[in-house]
Amino acid sequence: MFKNNTTYLRQLESESIYIMREVMADFRNPVMLYSIGKDSSVMLHLAKKSFYPGRVPFPLLHIDTGWKFKEMYMFRDYIANTSKIELIVHLNEKGKLLDLNPFQHGGSKYTDIMKTEGLKEAINKYHFDAAFGGARRDEEQSRSKERIYSFRDSYHQWDPKKQRPELWWNYNGKINKGENIRVFPLSNWTELDIWQYIFLEKIEIVPLYFAAVRPVLERDGLLIMVDDKRINIRSNEVIKNKMIRFRTLGCWPLTSAIESEATNLEDIIKETVTVKTSERTGRAIDYDQKSSMELKKRQGYF
Amino acid sequence: MNINIKDNFQKWFDINQKKTLLKFLTCGSVDDGKSTLIGRLLHDTKQIYNDQLSSLYIDSKRHGTQGDKIDLALIVDGLQSEREQGITIDVAYRYFSTYKRKFIIADTPGHKQYTRNMVTGASTCDLSILLVDATKGLSEQTYRHSFISTLLGIKYLIVAVNKMDLVDYKEEIFIKIKKNFLLFSKKLPDNINIIFIPISALIGENIVFKKKLMPWYDGYTLLNILETIKIQDHVNSKEIRFPIQYVNRPDSNFRGYSGMLVSGEIKIGQPIKILPSNINSHVSRIVTFDGDLKKATVGQAITIVLKNEIDINRGDFLVNINSSLKPSQEAILDVVWMTNNKLLIGQSYDVKLSCKKVRVYIKEILFKIDINTLIKKQSTSLSLNSIGQIKVVFNEAVFFDSYIDNRMTGSMIFIDILTNITVGAGMVKNNLKEKQIISSTNKNNFESDLHDLISKYFPHWKLSKLCV
Repeated sequence: MFKNNTTYLRQLESESIYIMREVMADFRNPVMLYSIGKDSSVMLHLAKKSFYPGRVPFPLLHIDTGWKFKEMYMFRDYIANTSKIELIVHLNEKGKLLDLNPFQHGGSKYTDIMKTEGLKEAINKYHFDAAFGGARRDEEQSRSKERIYSFRDSYHQWDPKKQRPELWWNYNGKINKGENIRVFPLSNWTELDIWQYIFLEKIEIVPLYFAAVRPVLERDGLLIMVDDKRINIRSNEVIKNKMIRFRTLGCWPLTSAIESEATNLEDIIKETVTVKTSERTGRAIDYDQKSSMELKKRQGYF
Repeated sequence: MNINIKDNFQKWFDINQKKTLLKFLTCGSVDDGKSTLIGRLLHDTKQIYNDQLSSLYIDSKRHGTQGDKIDLALIVDGLQSEREQGITIDVAYRYFSTYKRKFIIADTPGHKQYTRNMVTGASTCDLSILLVDATKGLSEQTYRHSFISTLLGIKYLIVAVNKMDLVDYKEEIFIKIKKNFLLFSKKLPDNINIIFIPISALIGENIVFKKKLMPWYDGYTLLNILETIKIQDHVNSKEIRFPIQYVNRPDSNFRGYSGMLVSGEIKIGQPIKILPSNINSHVSRIVTFDGDLKKATVGQAITIVLKNEIDINRGDFLVNINSSLKPSQEAILDVVWMTNNKLLIGQSYDVKLSCKKVRVYIKEILFKIDINTLIKKQSTSLSLNSIGQIKVVFNEAVFFDSYIDNRMTGSMIFIDILTNITVGAGMVKNNLKEKQIISSTNKNNFESDLHDLISKYFPHWKLSKLCV
């Protein structure tokens, strides 16, 4: 990280801007993976800063699964319309034809086909050579081992033992045709940094991050918000209205909410400082098996 | 400093924004307890969430080395193969903060075969914690890692003598290790700061808390040291170094040069020299998304607009008008080799330095360093994890500083032409054979204007740059 006479958040900001510009200069056809969450919102904001007064010079790619929260779809389309950035939405057609869903086929298979395979398909289809992702190293153990420029072979695989040494501010973007680099400009940000930056920069985020009364049911110790009729309600389950919000957002049946009274950013920051559990507790897919994220990344997940 | 966020949010927020950042790495030999130390630091500063702690208990039973007790080392070894083998393979980055400071830890591997990952970690850090096992004393890796740390420009070393619990917390053992290290450190650069601390990462002594198990030690805890140590910035701050990273040209009305100000200060109206074209100009705007700035300081990612339209490319430099930075085609580099394919005289590589890619040819291997003795030896090649000094020739004249003056503009990575892998790290020791530049006073304004016009309207003439 660069020495910077301004604050820590500004140092992180400068570093991320530097990375984005470097990618734009290094690669022929970059794309930004846009998952509609808070990290994506921050990443997009940083992209605007990086190329100002020019427009963001690459499209956004949303790997859709068909199972995002309604509010997320609305927010995505609102952002695409207001920021005038090209939005590519890709949905794994094969998965859609199979009517793949997280209830019947399990979170793991569903994620593999709809997200990992979907992402690989889209990158191949549009010949993207670099893809920005909003992953942070503080999120998960295998993420902490990730480089900022993360090399993927032509099968999109990540091999932790073959990572390129990454020195100083000097990123190696050399790849052969068919290979790609996943770039993580938010690597050095923590969850708390993200919230403070959203607060400081007044960045718009999906309203689901703010607490409100919403319909939920408790399943396997997780609070699942019922977003539409596709819920496979079990006989012993009851849908209740609870004051909840989300720390992390993914597909609705696989992302759990937390009970919270935090209706504004100030309260969210307070909650983040004092909370006793990690952000990823809300992600069911992390618990499918041991080292779940590492396996997913090896297979091509972002 | 200790403001409760619930009582006064704004004050907490303001203080939190102003915290300084310290990046450090932990190094030392395998089993010296690096992972345990980091686990201990995170645990005792309450940075581990409950769910992480409970999975840590489960993992400890399966992969742990502490019997029924929790194995804090497992918190940092995140890869499956690392847990299975109980070693750290790759550098990982950890984040924690206290009321006083924010920290980024580069957790680097101790195994010799992963030295390159240790170099990776060290390249962005200001401080090294060198772990020494009190039962074993200094090891080859202690020498290797202190040498690499200082080679990479780290000026602050904390020698943490760990596992004091296994030697009955005896002061003599600590003193003996301290003496030996001081003796060895005479071979290291003389402007480094060394601090010694006896610890037990396993018990948690002198890390965050002091239980007075070593009453003879009257120094600070490790965390105290990390929170309060003042890191002097050694970058020469007067010289402007602004490598052009990206030319921002959204339409014909705007032409800006984006990049990170690596050193110096840039103000509006500032006279500036462009290298390699050696043309002078003025800064007319410093553009950011949040509005134009009057001045920019080190580390700011900005976009500069110049008074006149000049052909400037990625990898060019903006410097002070009276800067003595000259293009060179040869250099002497300290190099750390990071791949199985040996570095040999006569080979060519791509290098990336300050946003520029050029090809380089290895002219000479001046010496290879024996890590145990730090003695320079003659060699015709450098193998994986070797450190040596080489003489290189670039296929075009490039700009750089010496690494001790500027870690950013004095460093480069070597990329294998065939495999595209980063194979080495180079740090400039000296430049050789400066290319002669015709003084800019020899060319009048008309010449330079004409040159600019031709370049702009007849780019297919491929006019070579003036004065290079």
